[in-house]
Amino acid sequence: MNKDDIKLSASSVNLWFGNKQVLKNINVSFPKNQITALIGPSGCGKSTLLRCFNRMHDLSPDARIEGKFLLEQQDLYENDLSVTQVRSRIGMVFQKANPFPKSIYENINYGLKINDVPKEKRQSIIENALKESYIWEEVKDEMQKPATRLSGGQQQRLCIARAVSLRPEVILMDEPCSALDPLSTLKIEELIVKLKKDYTIIIVTHNMQQAQRVADKTVFMYLGEIIEEGDTKTLFSDPKNDLTANYVKGHFG
Amino acid sequence: MQLRARERIDHSVKLLVKTTGFLVIAILGGIFFMLLWNTAAFFLKIKPMDFITGTQWNPSGNPATYGILPLLVSTCLVTLGAMVIAIPLGIGTASFLSEYAGKRLKNILKPIIEMLAAVPSVAIGFLGIVILGPGIAQLTGQPNGLNALNGAILLAVMALPTIITVAEDALHGVPHMYKEASYAVGASKWKTLIYVTIPAAAPGILAAVMLGVGRAIGETMTVLMATGNASAFPKGFFNSVRTITATIAIEMGEVPYQTTHYYSLFAIAAVLFLITLAVNLLGEHYVNKFRKYHSA
Ligand SMILES: Nc1ncnc2c1ncn2[C@@H]1O[C@H](COP(=O)(O)OP(=O)(O)O)[C@@H](O)[C@H]1O
Ligand SMILES: [Mg+2]
Repeated sequence: MNKDDIKLSASSVNLWFGNKQVLKNINVSFPKNQITALIGPSGCGKSTLLRCFNRMHDLSPDARIEGKFLLEQQDLYENDLSVTQVRSRIGMVFQKANPFPKSIYENINYGLKINDVPKEKRQSIIENALKESYIWEEVKDEMQKPATRLSGGQQQRLCIARAVSLRPEVILMDEPCSALDPLSTLKIEELIVKLKKDYTIIIVTHNMQQAQRVADKTVFMYLGEIIEEGDTKTLFSDPKNDLTANYVKGHFG
Repeated sequence: MQLRARERIDHSVKLLVKTTGFLVIAILGGIFFMLLWNTAAFFLKIKPMDFITGTQWNPSGNPATYGILPLLVSTCLVTLGAMVIAIPLGIGTASFLSEYAGKRLKNILKPIIEMLAAVPSVAIGFLGIVILGPGIAQLTGQPNGLNALNGAILLAVMALPTIITVAEDALHGVPHMYKEASYAVGASKWKTLIYVTIPAAAPGILAAVMLGVGRAIGETMTVLMATGNASAFPKGFFNSVRTITATIAIEMGEVPYQTTHYYSLFAIAAVLFLITLAVNLLGEHYVNKFRKYHSA
Protein backbone atom coordinates (compact mmCIF):
# COMPACT_ATOMS: atom_id res chain seq x y z
CA MET A 1 0.00 0.00 0.00
CA ASN A 2 1.22 3.47 -0.85
CA LYS A 3 2.19 5.46 2.22
CA ASP A 4 0.04 8.42 1.15
CA ASP A 5 -3.06 6.29 1.24
CA ILE A 6 -2.77 5.62 4.96
CA LYS A 7 -4.99 7.87 7.02
CA LEU A 8 -4.58 6.48 10.48
CA SER A 9 -2.12 4.08 12.03
CA ALA A 10 -0.99 2.56 15.28
CA SER A 11 2.42 1.03 15.85
CA SER A 12 3.83 -1.05 18.71
CA VAL A 13 0.80 -0.38 20.85
CA ASN A 14 0.43 -1.97 24.26
CA LEU A 15 -2.33 -1.08 26.66
CA TRP A 16 -2.99 -2.06 30.25
CA PHE A 17 -5.98 -1.54 32.53
CA GLY A 18 -4.29 -1.74 35.92
CA ASN A 19 -2.20 -4.91 35.71
CA LYS A 20 -4.20 -6.47 32.94
CA GLN A 21 -2.72 -6.15 29.48
CA VAL A 22 -5.57 -5.68 27.02
CA LEU A 23 -3.70 -4.76 23.81
CA LYS A 24 -0.49 -6.52 22.82
CA ASN A 25 1.93 -5.15 20.27
CA ILE A 26 -0.66 -3.79 17.89
CA ASN A 27 0.52 -2.63 14.47
CA VAL A 28 -2.22 -1.60 12.12
CA SER A 29 -3.04 1.00 9.52
CA PHE A 30 -6.28 2.26 8.06
CA PRO A 31 -6.45 3.34 4.41
CA LYS A 32 -7.91 6.70 3.49
CA ASN A 33 -11.52 6.85 2.32
CA GLN A 34 -12.04 3.21 2.96
CA ILE A 35 -14.03 1.23 5.47
CA THR A 36 -12.08 -1.05 7.75
CA ALA A 37 -13.87 -3.61 9.89
CA LEU A 38 -12.48 -4.72 13.25
CA ILE A 39 -13.72 -8.19 14.08
CA GLY A 40 -13.00 -10.67 16.82
CA PRO A 41 -14.66 -12.38 19.77
CA SER A 42 -16.13 -10.35 22.60
CA GLY A 43 -13.54 -8.97 25.00
CA CYS A 44 -10.60 -9.21 22.58
CA GLY A 45 -9.96 -5.46 22.76
CA LYS A 46 -11.70 -4.07 19.68
CA SER A 47 -13.42 -1.21 21.53
CA THR A 48 -10.28 -0.56 23.52
CA LEU A 49 -8.21 -0.19 20.36
CA LEU A 50 -10.83 2.01 18.72
CA ARG A 51 -10.98 4.33 21.71
CA CYS A 52 -7.23 4.87 21.63
CA PHE A 53 -7.56 6.87 18.45
CA ASN A 54 -9.81 9.59 19.84
CA ARG A 55 -8.12 9.38 23.23
CA MET A 56 -11.17 8.28 25.17
CA HIS A 57 -8.85 6.47 27.58
CA ASP A 58 -7.57 9.85 28.76
CA LEU A 59 -10.47 9.75 31.18
CA SER A 60 -9.75 6.42 32.82
CA PRO A 61 -6.98 6.81 35.35
CA ASP A 62 -6.04 3.11 35.37
CA ALA A 63 -5.37 2.91 31.63
CA ARG A 64 -1.70 2.92 30.55
CA ILE A 65 -0.86 3.23 26.88
CA GLU A 66 2.39 2.63 25.02
CA GLY A 67 3.06 3.09 21.33
CA LYS A 68 2.51 5.56 18.56
CA PHE A 69 -0.72 6.71 16.94
CA LEU A 70 -0.61 8.77 13.78
CA LEU A 71 -3.31 10.67 11.93
CA GLU A 72 -1.45 11.21 8.69
CA GLN A 73 1.76 12.77 10.04
CA GLN A 74 0.23 14.02 13.26
CA ASP A 75 1.11 12.20 16.49
CA LEU A 76 -2.23 11.97 18.31
CA TYR A 77 -0.64 11.83 21.74
CA GLU A 78 1.78 14.71 21.22
CA ASN A 79 2.02 16.90 24.30
CA ASP A 80 0.95 20.21 22.81
CA LEU A 81 -1.98 18.72 20.88
CA SER A 82 -5.27 19.25 22.66
CA VAL A 83 -7.61 16.35 23.00
CA THR A 84 -10.38 18.60 21.66
CA GLN A 85 -8.47 18.98 18.39
CA VAL A 86 -8.06 15.24 18.13
CA ARG A 87 -11.74 14.61 18.71
CA SER A 88 -12.89 17.17 16.19
CA ARG A 89 -10.77 15.40 13.55
CA ILE A 90 -11.74 11.91 14.68
CA GLY A 91 -15.44 11.45 15.40
CA MET A 92 -17.10 8.55 17.17
CA VAL A 93 -20.38 6.67 17.04
CA PHE A 94 -21.16 4.41 19.97
CA GLN A 95 -22.62 0.95 20.36
CA LYS A 96 -25.78 2.16 21.99
CA ALA A 97 -27.20 5.25 20.34
CA ASN A 98 -26.56 8.05 22.81
CA PRO A 99 -28.25 11.26 21.72
CA PHE A 100 -28.18 13.91 24.44
CA PRO A 101 -31.41 14.29 26.40
CA LYS A 102 -32.04 17.46 24.45
CA SER A 103 -33.90 18.41 21.28
CA ILE A 104 -32.90 17.02 17.89
CA TYR A 105 -31.63 20.44 16.88
CA GLU A 106 -29.62 20.88 20.05
CA ASN A 107 -28.03 17.45 19.62
CA ILE A 108 -26.14 18.66 16.57
CA ASN A 109 -25.85 22.27 17.65
CA TYR A 110 -24.01 21.26 20.81
CA GLY A 111 -20.94 19.95 19.05
CA LEU A 112 -20.81 23.04 16.85
CA LYS A 113 -21.08 25.30 19.86
CA ILE A 114 -18.32 23.41 21.66
CA ASN A 115 -16.06 23.77 18.63
CA ASP A 116 -16.76 27.51 18.30
CA VAL A 117 -18.58 27.35 14.98
CA PRO A 118 -20.15 30.79 14.53
CA LYS A 119 -23.91 30.92 15.12
CA GLU A 120 -24.85 32.11 11.64
CA LYS A 121 -23.20 29.10 10.00
CA ARG A 122 -24.79 26.49 12.23
CA GLN A 123 -28.24 26.23 10.67
CA SER A 124 -26.93 25.16 7.28
CA ILE A 125 -24.37 22.81 8.81
CA ILE A 126 -27.05 21.15 10.91
CA GLU A 127 -29.27 20.74 7.91
CA ASN A 128 -26.47 19.31 5.79
CA ALA A 129 -25.35 16.90 8.48
CA LEU A 130 -28.89 15.59 8.84
CA LYS A 131 -29.24 15.26 5.07
CA GLU A 132 -25.89 13.53 4.79
CA SER A 133 -27.06 11.04 7.43
CA TYR A 134 -30.38 10.43 5.68
CA ILE A 135 -32.51 11.49 8.58
CA TRP A 136 -33.42 15.01 7.46
CA GLU A 137 -36.71 14.05 5.81
CA GLU A 138 -37.84 12.28 8.98
CA VAL A 139 -37.03 15.06 11.43
CA LYS A 140 -37.09 18.36 9.52
CA ASP A 141 -40.53 19.32 10.84
CA GLU A 142 -39.86 18.50 14.46
CA MET A 143 -36.39 19.75 15.19
CA GLN A 144 -37.44 20.74 18.72
CA LYS A 145 -38.67 17.27 19.62
CA PRO A 146 -36.66 15.44 22.29
CA ALA A 147 -34.17 13.20 20.50
CA THR A 148 -35.00 10.40 22.92
CA ARG A 149 -38.42 10.09 21.27
CA LEU A 150 -36.89 8.91 17.99
CA SER A 151 -36.68 5.21 17.15
CA GLY A 152 -33.42 3.38 17.85
CA GLY A 153 -32.36 3.49 14.22
CA GLN A 154 -33.20 7.17 13.91
CA GLN A 155 -31.28 7.91 17.10
CA GLN A 156 -28.22 6.18 15.71
CA ARG A 157 -28.44 8.12 12.44
CA LEU A 158 -28.75 11.30 14.50
CA CYS A 159 -25.58 10.31 16.33
CA ILE A 160 -23.87 9.79 12.99
CA ALA A 161 -25.11 13.23 11.93
CA ARG A 162 -23.66 14.64 15.13
CA ALA A 163 -20.28 13.16 14.29
CA VAL A 164 -20.48 14.19 10.64
CA SER A 165 -21.46 17.79 11.44
CA LEU A 166 -17.95 18.50 12.70
CA ARG A 167 -16.47 17.40 9.36
CA PRO A 168 -14.04 14.95 10.93
CA GLU A 169 -11.54 13.09 8.80
CA VAL A 170 -12.11 9.76 10.49
CA ILE A 171 -15.24 8.26 12.00
CA LEU A 172 -14.90 5.48 14.56
CA MET A 173 -17.96 3.26 14.93
CA ASP A 174 -18.23 0.80 17.78
CA GLU A 175 -20.83 -1.82 16.82
CA PRO A 176 -23.24 0.89 15.65
CA CYS A 177 -25.94 -1.60 14.66
CA SER A 178 -25.77 -4.10 17.48
CA ALA A 179 -28.91 -2.75 19.16
CA LEU A 180 -30.92 -2.25 15.97
CA ASP A 181 -33.44 -4.28 13.99
CA PRO A 182 -32.42 -5.65 10.54
CA LEU A 183 -34.14 -2.88 8.61
CA SER A 184 -32.51 -0.04 10.54
CA THR A 185 -29.23 -1.93 10.29
CA LEU A 186 -29.46 -2.01 6.51
CA LYS A 187 -30.20 1.71 6.42
CA ILE A 188 -27.16 2.48 8.52
CA GLU A 189 -24.95 0.21 6.45
CA GLU A 190 -26.08 2.00 3.32
CA LEU A 191 -25.27 5.29 5.00
CA ILE A 192 -21.83 4.10 6.07
CA VAL A 193 -20.96 3.04 2.55
CA LYS A 194 -22.07 6.42 1.21
CA LEU A 195 -20.00 8.27 3.82
CA LYS A 196 -16.78 6.65 2.77
CA LYS A 197 -16.15 9.03 -0.11
CA ASP A 198 -15.68 11.81 2.44
CA TYR A 199 -14.44 9.99 5.50
CA THR A 200 -12.17 7.21 6.60
CA ILE A 201 -14.26 4.78 8.60
CA ILE A 202 -13.35 2.13 11.14
CA ILE A 203 -16.21 -0.06 12.23
CA VAL A 204 -16.20 -2.64 14.98
CA THR A 205 -18.70 -5.36 14.28
CA HIS A 206 -19.78 -8.72 15.56
CA ASN A 207 -21.63 -9.43 12.41
CA MET A 208 -19.62 -11.30 9.78
CA GLN A 209 -22.16 -10.52 7.06
CA GLN A 210 -21.98 -6.85 7.93
CA ALA A 211 -18.20 -6.80 7.67
CA GLN A 212 -18.44 -8.43 4.24
CA ARG A 213 -21.18 -6.08 3.09
CA VAL A 214 -19.49 -2.81 4.01
CA ALA A 215 -15.77 -3.22 4.64
CA ASP A 216 -12.93 -2.87 2.18
CA LYS A 217 -10.42 -4.11 4.68
CA THR A 218 -10.90 -6.39 7.67
CA VAL A 219 -8.76 -6.80 10.77
CA PHE A 220 -9.20 -9.88 12.97
CA MET A 221 -8.25 -9.57 16.62
CA TYR A 222 -7.97 -12.24 19.26
CA LEU A 223 -7.01 -11.84 22.94
CA GLY A 224 -5.60 -8.37 22.43
CA GLU A 225 -3.53 -9.19 19.37
CA ILE A 226 -4.03 -8.71 15.68
CA ILE A 227 -4.02 -12.18 14.18
CA GLU A 228 -4.68 -11.34 10.58
CA GLU A 229 -5.61 -8.41 8.40
CA GLY A 230 -6.23 -7.82 4.75
CA ASP A 231 -8.63 -7.25 1.97
CA THR A 232 -12.09 -8.25 3.21
CA LYS A 233 -12.84 -10.69 0.39
CA THR A 234 -9.53 -12.49 0.81
CA LEU A 235 -9.72 -12.61 4.58
CA PHE A 236 -13.12 -14.26 4.50
CA SER A 237 -12.59 -16.55 1.54
CA ASP A 238 -8.99 -17.50 2.10
CA PRO A 239 -7.85 -16.85 5.69
CA LYS A 240 -4.18 -17.61 6.32
CA ASN A 241 -4.53 -18.32 10.02
CA ASP A 242 -6.52 -21.19 11.55
CA LEU A 243 -7.96 -18.96 14.26
CA THR A 244 -9.24 -16.55 11.64
CA ALA A 245 -10.66 -19.40 9.61
CA ASN A 246 -12.50 -20.79 12.62
CA TYR A 247 -13.82 -17.40 13.64
CA VAL A 248 -15.10 -16.28 10.26
CA LYS A 249 -16.78 -19.66 9.77
CA GLY A 250 -18.58 -19.07 13.03
CA HIS A 251 -16.93 -21.85 15.04
CA PHE A 252 -16.44 -19.59 18.04
CA GLY A 253 -17.08 -16.02 19.05
CA MET B 1 -54.86 -26.34 61.38
CA GLN B 2 -51.53 -24.75 60.47
CA LEU B 3 -53.04 -23.24 57.38
CA ARG B 4 -55.78 -21.62 59.37
CA ALA B 5 -53.24 -20.14 61.83
CA ARG B 6 -51.27 -18.74 58.97
CA GLU B 7 -54.31 -17.21 57.41
CA ARG B 8 -55.19 -15.60 60.72
CA ILE B 9 -51.73 -14.05 61.00
CA ASP B 10 -51.94 -12.90 57.40
CA HIS B 11 -55.25 -11.32 58.07
CA SER B 12 -54.19 -9.48 61.19
CA VAL B 13 -50.99 -8.18 59.60
CA LYS B 14 -53.04 -6.85 56.73
CA LEU B 15 -55.38 -5.17 59.17
CA LEU B 16 -52.48 -3.66 61.10
CA VAL B 17 -50.84 -2.23 57.98
CA LYS B 18 -54.14 -0.89 56.78
CA THR B 19 -54.81 0.76 60.14
CA THR B 20 -51.43 2.49 60.28
CA GLY B 21 -51.92 3.72 56.73
CA PHE B 22 -55.29 5.17 57.52
CA LEU B 23 -54.00 6.59 60.77
CA VAL B 24 -51.33 8.60 58.97
CA ILE B 25 -53.87 9.94 56.51
CA ALA B 26 -56.26 10.74 59.36
CA ILE B 27 -53.59 12.62 61.29
CA LEU B 28 -52.56 14.65 58.24
CA GLY B 29 -56.21 15.36 57.47
CA GLY B 30 -56.76 16.37 61.08
CA ILE B 31 -53.88 18.83 61.05
CA PHE B 32 -55.06 20.33 57.80
CA PHE B 33 -58.62 20.60 59.07
CA MET B 34 -57.53 22.24 62.32
CA LEU B 35 -55.48 24.76 60.39
CA LEU B 36 -58.40 25.60 58.13
CA TRP B 37 -60.91 25.76 60.95
CA ASN B 38 -58.91 28.15 63.07
CA THR B 39 -57.98 30.25 60.07
CA ALA B 40 -61.64 30.58 59.22
CA ALA B 41 -62.33 31.69 62.78
CA PHE B 42 -59.66 34.38 62.36
CA PHE B 43 -61.16 35.74 59.17
CA LEU B 44 -64.54 36.08 60.84
CA LYS B 45 -62.98 38.76 63.00
CA ILE B 46 -60.36 40.38 60.78
CA LYS B 47 -60.90 41.42 57.17
CA PRO B 48 -58.70 39.34 54.80
CA MET B 49 -57.60 42.54 53.06
CA ASP B 50 -56.24 44.01 56.30
CA PHE B 51 -54.38 40.77 56.94
CA ILE B 52 -52.83 40.55 53.49
CA THR B 53 -51.92 44.19 52.96
CA GLY B 54 -51.26 45.26 56.55
CA THR B 55 -47.71 46.39 57.13
CA GLN B 56 -47.75 45.98 60.88
CA TRP B 57 -47.88 42.91 63.04
CA ASN B 58 -48.78 44.02 66.54
CA PRO B 59 -51.46 41.79 68.06
CA SER B 60 -50.95 43.17 71.58
CA GLY B 61 -51.09 46.82 70.54
CA ASN B 62 -54.04 49.11 70.87
CA PRO B 63 -55.61 48.80 68.41
CA ALA B 64 -54.20 45.35 67.58
CA THR B 65 -52.92 45.00 64.02
CA TYR B 66 -52.59 41.77 62.10
CA GLY B 67 -50.68 42.63 58.94
CA ILE B 68 -48.78 39.56 57.67
CA LEU B 69 -46.53 41.51 55.28
CA PRO B 70 -43.59 42.12 57.60
CA LEU B 71 -43.53 38.44 58.58
CA LEU B 72 -43.91 37.30 54.99
CA VAL B 73 -41.19 39.61 53.78
CA SER B 74 -38.94 38.41 56.60
CA THR B 75 -39.49 34.78 55.70
CA CYS B 76 -38.90 35.45 52.01
CA LEU B 77 -35.81 37.53 52.70
CA VAL B 78 -34.18 34.90 54.88
CA THR B 79 -35.15 32.01 52.60
CA LEU B 80 -34.09 33.81 49.44
CA GLY B 81 -30.80 34.79 50.99
CA ALA B 82 -30.21 31.24 52.12
CA MET B 83 -30.92 29.90 48.65
CA VAL B 84 -28.70 32.43 46.92
CA ILE B 85 -25.87 31.12 49.07
CA ALA B 86 -26.78 27.44 49.23
CA ILE B 87 -27.79 26.66 45.64
CA PRO B 88 -24.52 27.55 43.87
CA LEU B 89 -22.46 26.22 46.74
CA GLY B 90 -24.50 23.02 46.91
CA ILE B 91 -24.46 22.31 43.18
CA GLY B 92 -20.78 23.20 43.03
CA THR B 93 -19.90 20.84 45.86
CA ALA B 94 -22.09 18.10 44.41
CA SER B 95 -20.40 18.50 41.03
CA PHE B 96 -16.99 18.35 42.62
CA LEU B 97 -17.87 15.21 44.56
CA SER B 98 -19.43 13.47 41.61
CA GLU B 99 -17.09 14.48 38.78
CA TYR B 100 -13.75 15.55 40.16
CA ALA B 101 -13.09 14.07 43.60
CA GLY B 102 -11.32 10.74 43.67
CA LYS B 103 -13.01 7.76 45.28
CA ARG B 104 -11.11 8.11 48.52
CA LEU B 105 -11.74 11.83 48.98
CA LYS B 106 -15.41 11.29 48.20
CA ASN B 107 -15.64 8.54 50.79
CA ILE B 108 -14.29 10.93 53.40
CA LEU B 109 -16.25 14.03 52.41
CA LYS B 110 -19.69 12.52 51.93
CA PRO B 111 -20.16 11.23 55.51
CA ILE B 112 -18.85 14.51 56.90
CA ILE B 113 -21.38 16.48 54.86
CA GLU B 114 -24.16 14.13 55.88
CA MET B 115 -23.12 14.54 59.49
CA LEU B 116 -23.64 18.28 59.13
CA ALA B 117 -27.35 17.55 58.70
CA ALA B 118 -27.40 15.97 62.14
CA VAL B 119 -26.26 19.10 63.98
CA PRO B 120 -29.30 20.27 66.00
CA SER B 121 -30.74 23.58 64.89
CA VAL B 122 -30.31 25.00 68.39
CA ALA B 123 -26.57 24.49 68.10
CA ILE B 124 -26.52 26.26 64.76
CA GLY B 125 -28.56 29.12 66.18
CA PHE B 126 -26.10 29.30 69.03
CA LEU B 127 -23.21 29.66 66.59
CA GLY B 128 -25.19 32.42 64.94
CA ILE B 129 -25.42 34.34 68.19
CA VAL B 130 -21.88 33.93 69.48
CA ILE B 131 -19.77 33.77 66.31
CA LEU B 132 -21.54 34.79 63.13
CA GLY B 133 -23.52 37.67 64.69
CA PRO B 134 -20.54 39.52 66.18
CA GLY B 135 -18.61 38.79 63.00
CA ILE B 136 -21.24 40.38 60.81
CA ALA B 137 -21.53 43.32 63.19
CA GLN B 138 -17.81 43.92 63.05
CA LEU B 139 -17.51 43.60 59.28
CA THR B 140 -20.43 45.87 58.51
CA GLY B 141 -20.18 48.34 61.37
CA GLN B 142 -23.67 47.55 62.65
CA PRO B 143 -24.53 47.67 66.34
CA ASN B 144 -25.38 43.97 66.28
CA GLY B 145 -25.29 41.12 63.84
CA LEU B 146 -28.63 39.50 64.61
CA ASN B 147 -30.27 40.14 61.25
CA ALA B 148 -31.62 38.58 58.08
CA LEU B 149 -28.15 37.95 56.70
CA ASN B 150 -27.17 35.99 59.78
CA GLY B 151 -30.28 33.84 59.47
CA ALA B 152 -29.76 33.37 55.74
CA ILE B 153 -26.20 32.15 56.19
CA LEU B 154 -27.18 29.74 58.95
CA LEU B 155 -30.12 28.39 56.96
CA ALA B 156 -27.83 27.96 53.98
CA VAL B 157 -25.51 25.87 56.13
CA MET B 158 -28.47 23.79 57.29
CA ALA B 159 -29.88 23.31 53.79
CA LEU B 160 -26.51 22.44 52.24
CA PRO B 161 -26.22 18.80 53.32
CA THR B 162 -29.60 17.98 51.80
CA ILE B 163 -28.90 19.89 48.61
CA ILE B 164 -25.44 18.39 48.20
CA THR B 165 -26.49 14.82 48.92
CA VAL B 166 -29.54 14.80 46.66
CA ALA B 167 -27.83 16.74 43.85
CA GLU B 168 -24.78 14.49 44.01
CA ASP B 169 -27.00 11.42 43.63
CA ALA B 170 -28.67 13.04 40.64
CA LEU B 171 -25.36 13.92 38.96
CA HIS B 172 -23.93 10.52 39.69
CA GLY B 173 -26.98 8.91 38.11
CA VAL B 174 -26.51 10.59 34.73
CA PRO B 175 -25.72 7.76 32.29
CA HIS B 176 -22.07 7.61 31.37
CA MET B 177 -22.97 7.43 27.69
CA TYR B 178 -24.16 11.05 27.68
CA LYS B 179 -20.82 12.22 28.97
CA GLU B 180 -18.95 10.06 26.47
CA ALA B 181 -21.03 11.53 23.65
CA SER B 182 -20.01 14.98 24.83
CA TYR B 183 -16.32 14.13 25.13
CA ALA B 184 -16.44 12.55 21.68
CA VAL B 185 -17.43 15.85 20.05
CA GLY B 186 -14.49 17.51 21.73
CA ALA B 187 -16.05 18.96 24.86
CA SER B 188 -13.86 19.41 27.92
CA LYS B 189 -14.79 17.92 31.28
CA TRP B 190 -15.92 21.32 32.48
CA LYS B 191 -18.16 22.01 29.47
CA THR B 192 -19.58 18.51 29.66
CA LEU B 193 -20.52 19.16 33.26
CA ILE B 194 -22.20 22.49 32.51
CA TYR B 195 -23.95 21.65 29.25
CA VAL B 196 -24.68 17.93 29.54
CA THR B 197 -24.39 16.44 33.01
CA ILE B 198 -26.08 19.18 35.02
CA PRO B 199 -28.97 19.61 32.54
CA ALA B 200 -29.45 15.83 32.41
CA ALA B 201 -29.53 15.76 36.20
CA ALA B 202 -31.84 18.77 36.35
CA PRO B 203 -34.90 16.97 37.76
CA GLY B 204 -32.86 15.61 40.65
CA ILE B 205 -31.06 18.91 41.22
CA LEU B 206 -34.39 20.71 41.25
CA ALA B 207 -35.70 18.23 43.77
CA ALA B 208 -32.60 18.94 45.86
CA VAL B 209 -33.23 22.68 45.69
CA MET B 210 -36.89 22.24 46.61
CA LEU B 211 -35.98 20.13 49.61
CA GLY B 212 -33.51 22.83 50.59
CA VAL B 213 -36.12 25.58 50.24
CA GLY B 214 -38.57 23.51 52.24
CA ARG B 215 -36.02 23.08 54.99
CA ALA B 216 -35.22 26.82 55.00
CA ILE B 217 -38.81 28.06 55.00
CA GLY B 218 -39.91 25.75 57.77
CA GLU B 219 -36.87 26.14 60.02
CA THR B 220 -37.78 27.84 63.28
CA MET B 221 -35.26 27.59 66.08
CA THR B 222 -32.26 28.91 64.18
CA VAL B 223 -33.99 31.98 62.80
CA LEU B 224 -35.62 32.60 66.13
CA MET B 225 -32.19 32.76 67.73
CA ALA B 226 -30.22 34.51 65.02
CA THR B 227 -32.38 37.10 63.32
CA GLY B 228 -33.19 39.46 66.18
CA ASN B 229 -36.98 39.14 65.94
CA ALA B 230 -37.81 42.82 65.50
CA SER B 231 -41.37 43.10 64.26
CA ALA B 232 -40.72 46.32 62.34
CA PHE B 233 -41.02 46.14 58.58
CA PRO B 234 -37.67 44.76 57.29
CA LYS B 235 -35.80 46.92 54.83
CA GLY B 236 -32.92 44.68 53.89
CA PHE B 237 -30.47 41.99 54.90
CA PHE B 238 -28.92 44.10 57.66
CA ASN B 239 -32.27 44.57 59.34
CA SER B 240 -33.48 42.47 62.17
CA VAL B 241 -36.34 40.31 60.93
CA ARG B 242 -39.02 38.08 62.31
CA THR B 243 -40.15 35.14 60.21
CA ILE B 244 -43.55 33.47 60.24
CA THR B 245 -42.15 30.43 62.00
CA ALA B 246 -40.42 32.47 64.70
CA THR B 247 -43.57 34.50 65.29
CA ILE B 248 -45.64 31.40 65.85
CA ALA B 249 -43.04 29.91 68.16
CA ILE B 250 -42.67 33.08 70.21
CA GLU B 251 -46.31 34.00 70.55
CA MET B 252 -48.06 30.64 70.75
CA GLY B 253 -46.78 30.07 74.26
CA GLU B 254 -48.29 33.16 75.79
CA VAL B 255 -51.42 33.80 73.80
CA PRO B 256 -54.77 33.25 75.55
CA TYR B 257 -56.78 30.39 74.15
CA GLN B 258 -59.29 31.14 71.35
CA THR B 259 -58.67 34.85 71.10
CA THR B 260 -58.22 36.66 67.79
CA HIS B 261 -54.50 36.60 68.45
CA TYR B 262 -54.63 32.84 68.92
CA TYR B 263 -56.50 32.36 65.67
CA SER B 264 -54.15 34.73 63.84
CA LEU B 265 -51.24 32.37 64.46
CA PHE B 266 -53.13 29.63 62.65
CA ALA B 267 -53.79 32.01 59.81
CA ILE B 268 -50.10 32.77 59.31
CA ALA B 269 -49.34 29.05 59.64
CA ALA B 270 -51.85 28.43 56.84
CA VAL B 271 -50.03 30.97 54.68
CA LEU B 272 -46.76 29.18 55.37
CA PHE B 273 -48.43 25.94 54.38
CA LEU B 274 -49.63 27.48 51.11
CA ILE B 275 -46.13 28.70 50.30
CA THR B 276 -44.57 25.29 50.89
CA LEU B 277 -47.32 23.70 48.83
CA ALA B 278 -46.69 26.14 45.97
CA VAL B 279 -42.94 25.50 46.10
CA ASN B 280 -43.56 21.76 45.94
CA LEU B 281 -46.04 21.99 43.07
CA LEU B 282 -43.72 24.26 41.14
CA GLY B 283 -40.86 21.85 41.70
CA GLU B 284 -43.01 18.94 40.56
CA HIS B 285 -44.00 20.85 37.44
CA TYR B 286 -40.42 21.52 36.42
CA VAL B 287 -39.30 18.03 37.26
CA ASN B 288 -41.94 16.67 34.87
CA LYS B 289 -40.98 19.16 32.21
CA PHE B 290 -37.35 18.10 32.29
CA ARG B 291 -38.26 14.46 32.44
CA LYS B 292 -39.85 14.78 29.02
CA TYR B 293 -36.39 14.71 27.47
CA HIS B 294 -35.39 11.57 29.25
CA SER B 295 -38.24 9.19 28.60
CA ALA B 296 -37.45 7.17 25.52
N1 LIG C 1 -12.17 0.71 31.63
C1 LIG C 1 -11.75 -0.57 31.76
N2 LIG C 1 -11.15 -0.96 32.91
C2 LIG C 1 -10.70 -2.24 33.03
N3 LIG C 1 -10.83 -3.18 32.10
C3 LIG C 1 -11.43 -2.86 30.93
C4 LIG C 1 -11.93 -1.54 30.71
N4 LIG C 1 -12.47 -1.51 29.47
C5 LIG C 1 -12.33 -2.75 28.95
N5 LIG C 1 -11.70 -3.57 29.82
C6 LIG C 1 -11.33 -4.98 29.57
O1 LIG C 1 -10.56 -5.01 28.41
C7 LIG C 1 -10.87 -6.15 27.63
C8 LIG C 1 -11.24 -5.73 26.22
O2 LIG C 1 -12.47 -5.06 26.22
P1 LIG C 1 -13.12 -4.42 24.94
O3 LIG C 1 -12.11 -3.62 24.22
O4 LIG C 1 -14.35 -3.72 25.36
O5 LIG C 1 -13.49 -5.71 24.09
P2 LIG C 1 -14.39 -5.83 22.79
O6 LIG C 1 -14.82 -4.47 22.38
O7 LIG C 1 -13.51 -6.50 21.80
O8 LIG C 1 -15.54 -6.70 23.16
C9 LIG C 1 -12.01 -6.85 28.34
O9 LIG C 1 -11.47 -7.94 29.04
C10 LIG C 1 -12.54 -5.84 29.30
O10 LIG C 1 -13.00 -6.45 30.47
MG1 LIG D 1 -16.76 -3.63 22.40
